[in-house]
Amino acid sequence: MSVDKHINASCIISKEAVYKDAEKVFENKEAAVPDFLSSVYRHLDIKYPKFYKMDNLSRLGWLAAEILLKDNFNAGKYKAEEIGVVLANTSSSLDTDIKYYETAKDIASPALFVYTLPNIVIGEICIRHHFKGENAFFICEQFDGEFIQQYVTNLINNNILQACICGWVELLNEEYKTVLFLVEKQASDHSVLFTNENINKIYELENG
Amino acid sequence: MLDLKTQIIAQLNLQDLKPEDIANDQPLFVEGLGLDSIDALELIVLLQQSYKIKLSNADDGPKVFRSVRTMAEYITAHQAQNV
Repeated sequence: MSVDKHINASCIISKEAVYKDAEKVFENKEAAVPDFLSSVYRHLDIKYPKFYKMDNLSRLGWLAAEILLKDNFNAGKYKAEEIGVVLANTSSSLDTDIKYYETAKDIASPALFVYTLPNIVIGEICIRHHFKGENAFFICEQFDGEFIQQYVTNLINNNILQACICGWVELLNEEYKTVLFLVEKQASDHSVLFTNENINKIYELENG
Repeated sequence: MLDLKTQIIAQLNLQDLKPEDIANDQPLFVEGLGLDSIDALELIVLLQQSYKIKLSNADDGPKVFRSVRTMAEYITAHQAQNV
């Protein structure tokens, strides 16, 4: 059965800045990608030592999920199996694949090898928040809000999920952009409908 | 042992730790530093890369990697053999 779905929170990390629900909450213009991501982590004031073991793609997605869900999400409303994660990007895990390839010329790094798949970022988010619902990672030529909207809508309409963290997590070398949405059936005070138009509007927010 | 602790921190990306935070006899796995199986593989890489020591018998792993001290003893013994 089709019911309205709502974007109850959003998070964007792009161009050395972090946005939560369209408001800039952090900026660090002086840092390269790994240092920028570490500075966001320190800003959150969380103790999660495994953060430093993640590759940059996982750090990016993990941080965005952390900010997205902070103060906005009551996971206790749902069973772990009812909360899913659906992500997409264009460069897959190429950023880490290249680094791994470099180490393999000498002694291949096991720690890098485990991140040579893009869906590992979903695993890191699920481990952190104890989500056990349906998940998928898609590789697209470019951000496709309509596809994400249709895929997640289908999961919720069919009662496979009750809540979904979905969106875009792209990183290659010094270029990165993540836009995550928290989608639920129930609306919150400042939610907008989960439509292709609203997804694209939020995706473009940081461009002004 | 200070050098070895510094190498372990760098190899395993333990950026929250300083060498002096790791006691010589502190267990490296589970209840100690909380390292996991991927970290164990990274420690094997560290022995190979930095000390040219290959851990030939996998069963030795738990003994060798019990603590920084046992690692240092293993390295010292095998470096002496290699001379």
